[in-house]
Amino acid sequence: MSAVIDSHHHDDHHHGPAKGFTRWLYTTNHKDIGSMYLWFSFTMFLLGGCMALVIRAELFEPGLQIVAPNFFNQMTTMHGLIMVFGAVMPAFVGLANWLIPMMVGAPDMALPRMNNWSFWILPFAFSLMVSTLFMEGGGPNFGWTFYAPLSTTYAPPSVTFFIFAVHMMGISSIMGAINVIATILNMRAPGMTMMKMPMFVWSWLITAFLLIAVMPVLAGVVTMMLTDIHFGTSFFKPEGGGDPVLFQHVFWFFGHPEVYIMILPAFGIVSQIIPTFSRKPLFGYASMVYATASIAVLSFLVWAHHMFTVGMPLAGELFFMYATMLIAVPTGVKVFNWVSTMFKGSLTFETPMLFSVAFVILFTIGGFSGLMLAMAPADFQYHDTYFVVAHFHYVLVPGAIFSIFAAAYYWLPKWTGYMYDETLGKLHFWLSFIGVNLTFFPMHFVGLAGMPRRIPDYALQFADFNMVASIGAFLFGTTQLLFLFIVLKCVKGGKRATASVWEGAEGLEWTIPSPAPYHTFATPPKVN
Amino acid sequence: MSENNEQPGNSTPPRSHAGTVRKLLFVVVAMFGFGFALVPLYDLFCDITGINGKTNGRYEGEISTAVPGEGESRRVVRVQFTTSNNANMPWIFNPPENKQMDVVVGEPVQVDFFARNPTDRFIVAQAIPSVAPSKGADYFHKTECFCFQRQELEAGADTLMGLRFFIDRDLPEDIKTLTLSYTMFEVQDHAGL
Repeated sequence: MSAVIDSHHHDDHHHGPAKGFTRWLYTTNHKDIGSMYLWFSFTMFLLGGCMALVIRAELFEPGLQIVAPNFFNQMTTMHGLIMVFGAVMPAFVGLANWLIPMMVGAPDMALPRMNNWSFWILPFAFSLMVSTLFMEGGGPNFGWTFYAPLSTTYAPPSVTFFIFAVHMMGISSIMGAINVIATILNMRAPGMTMMKMPMFVWSWLITAFLLIAVMPVLAGVVTMMLTDIHFGTSFFKPEGGGDPVLFQHVFWFFGHPEVYIMILPAFGIVSQIIPTFSRKPLFGYASMVYATASIAVLSFLVWAHHMFTVGMPLAGELFFMYATMLIAVPTGVKVFNWVSTMFKGSLTFETPMLFSVAFVILFTIGGFSGLMLAMAPADFQYHDTYFVVAHFHYVLVPGAIFSIFAAAYYWLPKWTGYMYDETLGKLHFWLSFIGVNLTFFPMHFVGLAGMPRRIPDYALQFADFNMVASIGAFLFGTTQLLFLFIVLKCVKGGKRATASVWEGAEGLEWTIPSPAPYHTFATPPKVN
Repeated sequence: MSENNEQPGNSTPPRSHAGTVRKLLFVVVAMFGFGFALVPLYDLFCDITGINGKTNGRYEGEISTAVPGEGESRRVVRVQFTTSNNANMPWIFNPPENKQMDVVVGEPVQVDFFARNPTDRFIVAQAIPSVAPSKGADYFHKTECFCFQRQELEAGADTLMGLRFFIDRDLPEDIKTLTLSYTMFEVQDHAGL
């Protein structure tokens, strides 16, 4: 692998970034856009986190003390929407922007102007959505899954703005996905064959195809809501021949692939990090690729496991139950490969590795509770309880979000040119680890005991575990301010990072200097 | 997937971007259409399988008048009627006097549902049927039903609404009771659809 470094000093056409705000407004540079995505995502993470803390404060003890039930419902809804569409997805797109061109040896994303556009839609989409909280009747209060008729017949008037906001996010995601696919398929450096691509690139290629397949379905379902509300159609109204259960089918046809959109890039990230700190190549690279692809294919065949209780025929319950359990096979292959990569490796536990190891363990716990939920007969007991909340928070918080933290620490020296503060990083990890488990583990117990989700008040027997969960949530929430501090400190200065940063790091991005120059790989590198 | 080994460079972006984008946009449009195609597909699927308790429309098949021969038992099924109003529907809507009856399979039955409009305005309504257990829905044949069309009642008026049905002889043996439920919806948009 020959590193092509910084050849732009003698080239008049390449100069550094413009100055001031217009640099960010007009930029077509994948690194600038990646950074904007990441900062946007972190802002949304704090906003959605504040809403979670409103929820946990209300649930600290039984009874209604802080917020009114309708506002509580708006908080659960907005928390979910902001975390899914505003925090997790943009963070992965930001990482894709920063890393994919550097990993495949391309000078930039394939369609840089569209890239600018796909980012700048997002702040407008989320301003529109958050503004509904201040409108008459309040913001969306029907849960992030916005089931009809709650989101149509009984929705607050602001639902129309919610629909347009979802449309805008969808357009942004689709454009981002097209960009990723075009970059990966067309702009790889000579010698970078498909099966030599880093796992992060592979997982994003597959994720991008999922996005292109299901975001239009989401756009379709909110369009049906729009016409049901305003133009007299009856997609989901039984009196006109429609069916509210249809909403759930169409929504989850989008929604289940969506949950893999939020986890496949995480798989890619830990598949980069674990080999580095094990000082061994990734175990079973090809099986990782095939496992990721089969998870993506299976994700289209399992949507109805979210709706076992709507009154499906037995054959349907059985099909969706077994299809769901089948997903445990490729996922198990991945977990096996991560563990095998670590086996007999020279392990060190820097912050990215700590987050990655915690990812493997805690994501697996979330996967197991998912298997429990996949059993149709048992699901009748678990459906819509806190057990479900515990399950999807285990796969999303110590799953997706831990992987994003891991990625941030791992590539931060490459982005800023400085090492982050390792002591503070480890402190951030341990506080987050304790906070996450304190928050979400007790939810398994109250869920199994029958506490329903999305309620502002609960029966007295759930009081103790809820108090523990609330304490954990405030610990986890405030810890993230430490992360902000660590990142800012690392941007400002610190120990100089070398080009390869980590002793065992492999890949094209480690052949360019730290911080990565504004333009990289203007001449493609040669990959052997 | 071809390997574009020679091409990539800053100055000459590979020509294939436009082609890639065009193909991907086609997928996007197709999937948007697929979302809407799910609507008729779903109805078709429910019709074929009878799941969701959706009863079919008017029964158009042969009505057997054959009387069971000697020794053939007259199979009897219990049929129950329930009614309910959707939210904000002001009508009084009642099932027949006999809320349940024993019906001989294959024999036609006629019952009347009662509705009264206690408000001071004209209301158009639509009744939506559902059969439980849902796998019995395909064997519940309606030859005449008030649910086939909308019901209109002037302020204060009342009416009896007829239902004629028979139970198919092929009704699975394990079904002993069928519950037919109607939900009455107010149709807000009279002109629509």
